Amino acid sequence: MKVLVPVKRVIDYNVKVRVKADGSGVDLANVKMSMNPFDEIAVEEAIRLKEAGKAEEIVAVSVGVKQAQETLRTALAMGADRAILVVAADDVHTDIEPLAVAKILAKVVEAEQPGLVLCGKQAIDNDMNATGQMLSALLGWSQGTFASELSVDGDHATVTREVDGGLQTIKVKMPAIITVDLRLNEPRYASLPNIMKAKKKPLDEKTAADYGVDVAPRLEIVKTAEPAARAAGIMVGSVDELVQKLKDVGAI
Amino acid sequence: MSLDAETLNQFRDTVSRFVRERLVPLEDKVAEDDAIPEDVVAEIREMGLFGMSIPEEYGGVGLTMSEEVQIAFELGFTSPAFRSLIGTNNGIGSQGIIMDGTPEQKAKYLPRLANGELIASFALTEPDVGSDAGSVRTSARREGDHYVLNGTKRFITNAPRAGLFTVFARTDPNTTDASGVTAFLVEAGTPGLKLGPKDHKMGQRGAHTCDVIFEDCRVPASAILGGKEGVGFKTAMKVLDRGRLHISAICVGAAERLIHESLNYAIDRKQFGGPLADKQLIQAMLADSRTEAYAARCMVEETARRKDAGTNVSEEAACTKMYASEMVGRVADRAVQIHGGAGYMTEYAVERFYRDVRLFRIYEGTTQIQQVIIGRSMVRNALRNR
Repeated sequence: MKVLVPVKRVIDYNVKVRVKADGSGVDLANVKMSMNPFDEIAVEEAIRLKEAGKAEEIVAVSVGVKQAQETLRTALAMGADRAILVVAADDVHTDIEPLAVAKILAKVVEAEQPGLVLCGKQAIDNDMNATGQMLSALLGWSQGTFASELSVDGDHATVTREVDGGLQTIKVKMPAIITVDLRLNEPRYASLPNIMKAKKKPLDEKTAADYGVDVAPRLEIVKTAEPAARAAGIMVGSVDELVQKLKDVGAI
Repeated sequence: MSLDAETLNQFRDTVSRFVRERLVPLEDKVAEDDAIPEDVVAEIREMGLFGMSIPEEYGGVGLTMSEEVQIAFELGFTSPAFRSLIGTNNGIGSQGIIMDGTPEQKAKYLPRLANGELIASFALTEPDVGSDAGSVRTSARREGDHYVLNGTKRFITNAPRAGLFTVFARTDPNTTDASGVTAFLVEAGTPGLKLGPKDHKMGQRGAHTCDVIFEDCRVPASAILGGKEGVGFKTAMKVLDRGRLHISAICVGAAERLIHESLNYAIDRKQFGGPLADKQLIQAMLADSRTEAYAARCMVEETARRKDAGTNVSEEAACTKMYASEMVGRVADRAVQIHGGAGYMTEYAVERFYRDVRLFRIYEGTTQIQQVIIGRSMVRNALRNR
C-alpha cells in the first residue's frame, strides 16, 4: 500500500505571532517556519505503518510556496520515500485555501493511487480543519477524522476518534482519508544520517496549473486582530471577598 | 565532507529542538539520579550524535570542525552530562583511530563508535600524571608478540560505560619523556583490566569517571594504535585541537543558557517596584555576559574555519579554550548573582550549571596549560622570524 501524507509549512509553534500593522494578516517576514505539528504526527504514523509492514511507500506532498521544499525535506528525513511540491504561490503571505488544496490533492491522489491519505486534522496557522474532509468529499472516499488510534487491516481501517466528551471508534472502508489528532503518536526526531540521506531522495516539483486547479481565494479577510491583552488582576483579602467579587462580575 | 547550508540548518534545528524539548526537562532528574535514562541514551544514539566527527565511510557523518561547533553550541545549552556521553566518541576516543589507526583498527572500531554501540574512553591521566602527559608511568612490557600493561589511569571519562580504551603506556622503560609512550587500543573485558568505583564529582552528575587499573593486562601487538611504538603521544596531542574547540563551543552554549535563565529571571522578578531587568546594575551584568559569550562564539567559529582550511590552529585553539572556559565561569557567577538568594538554591538551573561549568577550566588542558602553550608558541614563532 502507498500512503500519501500532505504536509503544510506553517509558522513555527514556538514563535509568538504578530499581526501586520494594517490588520491584513500575520507578519511572516523572517519568521521561523516549520512543518505543521499535526502533519508531523501524520508522517510519523505513516512511517510506523511502513515499519509494521502495512505500507510500502510514503509520499509526502505540500502545496504552497517554493520554500515548502524545506518542509518536505523534513518529512523525507523522518522517513518518507519521496516528495511532491506543488508550487501554488510566490508570496509567503499567500495562504492557499482548503478547497484549492483539496482539489490539488485530489489530482495528486488520482495520479499516485495511494491506498491511504494521512493528514493532520488542521494546520496551526488558520485552524480551518477542512482540507481532509473536503478531499474525502471530492474523492468519494471514506473519512476518519481526529484519529487518536489507528489500525489498518486489509480492506478497512479502525479509527478511534477524539470527540467531545469521549472516544468514538469507527470502522472505515479503504481507501480512506484519516486526519490525525495530537495523541496518536509522538513524532520522532530526524537523525543526522537520515537528514543527509534525504538530500538524495526524489522531490518532484509541480505547479497548481499542472493540475488545472484555480487557487484564487474565495474568502476575503476582513480583519486580523491580536488577542485582547489580559487585564490586571487584584489581590483579595479573604475567601469571602473572592466569592463576592466573582459574584459581582457574574462569574458564579 | 561539507554540508550545504540547508542540511546543516535542518540538523541544527533538529538538535536544538531535541535539546529543548527532551533534554532540558530531564536535567533535574539526571542530576538527582546521577544517570541518563537509557531510553534517552538510545534516542541520542539514533539521532547519530555519537558519529558526528567520524567519516561517512565508517558510518558517521564526518562533520567539518565548523559544522561540529554549530551542533556543539546547541548541545551546550543543556546539562554537560548529555554532551559528555557523546564527547569521547566524537573527540579523544575516536580521533586517534581516525588519524593514526591501521585500516584494520578503523574498520573494526569506527562503525561501532559512530552508531554509539561502543563507547570509547581516552586513558591518559594517571594519579601522578596530569597535565605533564609525557611522564606517563603505566608500563607496557613486550613479551613475544604481546604486551603486558601495568599501571593506573585516573578520572577516565565514560570508563564505566566504555567498551574500548585508548591507553597510553610506556613501551621504552629507558625514557622518561613522551618519546617512549605508545597508545594501545584495549577492549573492556580484557583480563587484567579493572575499573575503580565511580568518582564523586562537584557537578556534572550523570556523567561518570573512574580509575582504570591494569594488572598484568596482556594485549596483542596488533592493539598498538597505528601499529607502531612511540607514536602514541603525538597522536594524543593531535587529537587535542579538535577537542579544545568542541569544549569551547560547549562553553558558549552553556553561557547562552545561563544568560537565557538570568534574563528571564530578571524580567519576572520584581524589586523596588519594578522588574530586576530594568535596573542598570543588573543590565550591566547581562551586557558583560552577552558580550563575552559573543566574543567566545566568534573565536570558536573563526578558529574552526581556519582549522577546516588546513591551518595549524594549536595556538588559537588554546586561546579559544582558555577564553571560553574562563568566560563561562564568569557568566555562571553573574547568573547566580542576578538570581540573588534563589541562585544559591538547587531548584534553579543556574546553581547546577555554576558547579557543572567549573570543570571546563580544568579538563582537556587547564587554563594554566593553555597559557603555557600559547606563550611558548608565541616565543617560538617570534624567534623563528628573527
